[in-house]
Amino acid sequence: MARKLPRKDVAIIGLGWTGSILAYELAQEGLDIVAVERGPWRDTATDFPVAYVPDELRYRIRHELFLRPAQVSVTFRNKEGQEALPVRDWGAFMLGNGAGGAGVHWNAETWRFLPSDFTLRSHLTQRYGAAFLPPDTTIQDWGVTFDELEPHYDRFEYLCGTSGAAGNLKGVIQPGGNPFEGPRSQPYPTPPQKQNFGHALFAKAAADMGYKPFPQPSGNLSQAYTNPLGVELGPCTYCGYCEWFGCANYSKASPQTTILPALLRKDNFTARTECEVTRINLDKGGTHATGVTFVDSSGQEWEQPAELVILCGFQLWNVQLLMLSGIGRIYDPNTGEGQIGRNFTHQVMSTAIGFFDKNQYVFNPFIASGAIGMCIDEFNGDNFDHGPHGFIGGGYIGQVQTNGRPIEMIEALPAGTPSWGAKWKQAVKDNYLSTIYSGGACHGSCYSYRQNRLDLDPTYKDRFGRPLVRMTIDFPDNELKMSAFLTDRYAEILKAMGAKEIVKKPRKGPYDVTQYQTSHLCGGAIMGANPKDSALNRYLQSWDVPNLFVMGATAFPQNAGYNPTGTVGALAFWSASAIRRQYLKKPGPLVDA
Amino acid sequence: MRKAVAAVAVVAASTVAALAGNNGQDFAQIERGRYLAAAGDCAGCHTAVGGADFAGGMAIETPFGKVVAANITPDRETGIGAWSDDDFVRALTEGVARDGTHLYPAMPYPYYTKVSRGDVLAIRAYLTTVPAVHNPVTSDQLPFPLNQRADMAVWNKLYFHSGEYRPVAGKSAVWNRGGYLVEGLMHCGACHTPKNTAGGDYLDRPLKGYALQGWFAPDISGDTRRGIGSWSADDLVTYLKTGHNRFAAATGPMADVVAKSSSKLTDADLRDVATYLKDQPGLEGEEEAAQASPVDAGNSQMQAGAAIYTDECSACHTPKGTGVLNLFPSLAGAPSVQSADPTSLIRVVLGGTRSVATDQAPTGPAMPAFAWLLDDRRAAAVLTYIRNSWGNAAAAVTAAQVQSERADLAKRTE
Repeated sequence: MARKLPRKDVAIIGLGWTGSILAYELAQEGLDIVAVERGPWRDTATDFPVAYVPDELRYRIRHELFLRPAQVSVTFRNKEGQEALPVRDWGAFMLGNGAGGAGVHWNAETWRFLPSDFTLRSHLTQRYGAAFLPPDTTIQDWGVTFDELEPHYDRFEYLCGTSGAAGNLKGVIQPGGNPFEGPRSQPYPTPPQKQNFGHALFAKAAADMGYKPFPQPSGNLSQAYTNPLGVELGPCTYCGYCEWFGCANYSKASPQTTILPALLRKDNFTARTECEVTRINLDKGGTHATGVTFVDSSGQEWEQPAELVILCGFQLWNVQLLMLSGIGRIYDPNTGEGQIGRNFTHQVMSTAIGFFDKNQYVFNPFIASGAIGMCIDEFNGDNFDHGPHGFIGGGYIGQVQTNGRPIEMIEALPAGTPSWGAKWKQAVKDNYLSTIYSGGACHGSCYSYRQNRLDLDPTYKDRFGRPLVRMTIDFPDNELKMSAFLTDRYAEILKAMGAKEIVKKPRKGPYDVTQYQTSHLCGGAIMGANPKDSALNRYLQSWDVPNLFVMGATAFPQNAGYNPTGTVGALAFWSASAIRRQYLKKPGPLVDA
Repeated sequence: MRKAVAAVAVVAASTVAALAGNNGQDFAQIERGRYLAAAGDCAGCHTAVGGADFAGGMAIETPFGKVVAANITPDRETGIGAWSDDDFVRALTEGVARDGTHLYPAMPYPYYTKVSRGDVLAIRAYLTTVPAVHNPVTSDQLPFPLNQRADMAVWNKLYFHSGEYRPVAGKSAVWNRGGYLVEGLMHCGACHTPKNTAGGDYLDRPLKGYALQGWFAPDISGDTRRGIGSWSADDLVTYLKTGHNRFAAATGPMADVVAKSSSKLTDADLRDVATYLKDQPGLEGEEEAAQASPVDAGNSQMQAGAAIYTDECSACHTPKGTGVLNLFPSLAGAPSVQSADPTSLIRVVLGGTRSVATDQAPTGPAMPAFAWLLDDRRAAAVLTYIRNSWGNAAAAVTAAQVQSERADLAKRTE
C-alpha cells in the first residue's frame, strides 16, 4: 500500500543531465521540486577518486557504474515473429545509473546537429524526391528548427564549458572550425583541446585531400572554467579514462561538475536517490498527471503527488514508463497507429584500424580524452550529394581515438595474429604504440523505419512484475550502405596518413545486441508538429497529458550522424524555457492539437 | 500553479523579563545583532546538525571531553528566555550563567569579554526574535574531576582576562576594528592560538596555530611561510568570504566557520580583519632560519614521495604543485602545507575532505581519501615531499605521526 507524501509542484523522474537542468531551471521559478532517482547519489571525490577510477577492468569490463540487469533489463529481437530474449549482460549500449546518469560515464563529445537534420523528411524530399527515400522509412521533421534551438545549444555549451573551434559564427565561416555547422551566436566557451600526434596526422592527411578538418567539440575541458552558475571545472589531464568512467579531476562536464553543486544549494529542491518510479499516475480521465509512485530501497511504496511531472530517464525507461502508465497508445507497426514505441533508433558506428610502421610512428594513444580528435563533416547529413550513392544519411568521420586502455587496445591486431601465446604477445608489443584504432571513427546516422520499435514484452517481467520493454531492431540496407561508404572514406584517409595495413570494419547486419555501438538509443516517444505522428509536441510536452513533459533522446524522430548529448541538452533548455515562459503562466497544451 | 513559500515566517517570541533596559523591538538593533551573531558564529555551536536554530545540542570536542552547547532560544524553561539582559551580558563576558555556575571556556567568553556591552545587547535583542524551542540540554559531559564547575573559578584566575577590547594607540581605526573582531566576537584565537595543558592561551604566541578536534588550526599571523604574510588583504577577504582563494580552500572546522560566519560579514569588516592579522608578527631571526631550510631532495623519503606525488596527486594539484585556481589548492608556497604541526595534512590525505561551498563559490570540490592506498610510510613520504618542494620548507613527516593520526581518525565519527 503506497504511503502518500506531501504534494510538490514538480516531480522529476531521473537526475541525469535533463533532470538536473529542468530541476535547476524550475527551481529558479521558486517551485518546490523533488527529483526521484533510481540509482545512488554520486560525487566526484567519493565515487570517482583519482587513485582508482582509471581501472579498465572494474569500470569498462565489469560495468561498475551501470544499472544491473538483475534490477531492470530489456528483451531483444531483430524482427517480428522472433521470440525476444532478455539481455542479461549489457553489450550494445550502456545504461547509466544514479545521480548524473549517463552524464557521468559519457565521453563528452558535445555536438550540434545540422540545420537540415531538423527538417529531414521535407529537406530530402525536396532535394531528391519522395521516391529516393528508403521503403518503410518513417523519418520526419522535428517540429523545431535549428535556429530556434541555437540559443539553447549555446546555454548547454556554456553550462559545460565545451572546448571547440567555431566553424560558423553568425553566418561567417571561420577557419579551423566545422564549415558545415549551423550559425552559432558566439564562440565556444573554451578553446579546443590539444591534439595528440595521431589526431594531428589525420588532420594533415585530410586537409591534403581537400577536406576541412576541425577539432571535435569536447566536454573534457582544455582549461579551467567557471560556468554561469558559478560552478568550476578543472583542465583535462588527457588520462584517457572518460567513457565508462566518472572523471576524477572535475574536468569532464557532468551534472556533478556543472549543475548539481548549484542545485543542492536551493532550499526548494530535494533529491530522493535509490527510489525507483514505477508509474506516472493519471486522473480518472487519463489526461492529467497527478504525480508519481515510487518504491524505495526498503521496498516501501510511496505516492508523490505533483502538479507537473517531468520524465527525465534514459530513453528506454522513459518509453517503458509511458507504456506502463497507460499514456498514449502503443505503436502498432502493421497499422502505423499509436505513438509510444515508434521511430526507435540507435547509431550506425563503424571504423577501420590502421597499422603503421612501428619504427616510424609512435602514437602514444594513452594520451587522450573522451572527446579529443580531429574530424571532417563532408559526409554527414546532407552535406554531400546522395544522388549517386543510393542511400540517405551520413556521419562525421574522424580520428577520435579516446584512449589507449590496454584491454580495449589489444583488440586491434593485424590479420592473422594468433589469439594467445608468444606470437600474440609480440604482436601486442609491436602494434600498441603504432596503431590507429578509433572506435567511433565513422559516426553514422541511424534513421527510423516502420519495423524498428519498442513495445512491452509478453513474457519477461521485472522484479515488480511489470513487463520488460522489448526492442525490435535491425539495420536496413540503407544504413549498411551508408556505413560502408563512410568506412571507405575513412580508410582512404588512413592510407594517406601512411598506414601500411588497414582493416575495415563497416557496420554489418543483423543488429547485434552484444556489440557495443554507443549508448545513443533514440526515439520511442518522438516530438513532432502534430499528434498524428508524434507523442510530444515541439516543446516536449505530451500531447495526451499536458502536465507531463518528456526529455531526452526519446524525442528524436531519428538519430543524426553525431553524438546526441548536445542536442539532448539543447532540447532540455528549450523545453524548460517554454515551461517557464508559457506553461507556468497558463498551464495547458502549448500547441493546440 | 501554486508558488512555494520559500521563507518560514519567524514569530517573535515575547520574553517579558528579558527586556529591561533593552526594548528588544528596535529593528536596527535586531539587524545589527543578527550580523554580530554571525560574526560570533553562535550558530556554529548552538545549532546542532539537523536541529532547530540556536536550540543547542551540538557536542563540542575539547581536549578534556565533550561539552554540549546550550539552548539559547527564548524558551523560558530550557533556553534563555527567563534571563535578564545582565544575565546574558555576564554569561558572555564573564563566563557565569544565570544560576551563578561557571561556564566552560568551550563557550569562548575569554574572547567575548572583549565585546562591547552594546554589541552583546544587540545579539541578545536578535536572539529574542528567533522561535523559542523547548529542548533541554545537559551541557556537562566531562569526566570527574573536570566536571566540577567550581574548578573554573581557579582557571579563570589563572587564564581569564576580563575586559573590553582596548584600542591600541598608534594603530589605525581599521586595524583596531580588525583587532576588536578577531580578539572578540570572531574568537579566532580559540582555535588558532596555542594553549597550555590546562587549555589557557599562550599569550606570547597569539594565532600561531593549535591542534584540536583532529585538525591543526594553522598559524594565521603575518608569518610569511607559515602564516598569511604572503597573502594580500584581498586574498584573505576572498578566503573568508568564499572559502577559497588562490592558495587555499577551507575544510574541516574552518569550512563551518566560513559557511556560518565569515561569508556573512561585510567586505569592509573582512578587510579590517585582514589588516589586523597581516600585522601580527611572524617568526623572526634564528627561529625563522631554523624552519626555512628544506629537507634535502636526495633524502629517501623525498625520492619516494616524488614518485607517489606524480602518481596520485599531480593530476589535480599539477606537477609543480600550483593547483587550479579555486578548485585544487596550490601546495607550492601554501602556509598550511608548511605548518609546524602536520596534523591537518595527514588527516586530509588519509581521510579526504570536502571544502566549503558558498553562494560565491558553490562548487565545494573535495579531496578523496587515500588511507586505503597509502600506508604510514608512503603517506609520510609524500607529505614530506610536498612540504619540501617548490620552495616549501618544513619538518619531515614521520610514519609514527601518520600512524597516530590514522588511529585517531578511525575513532572519529564526523
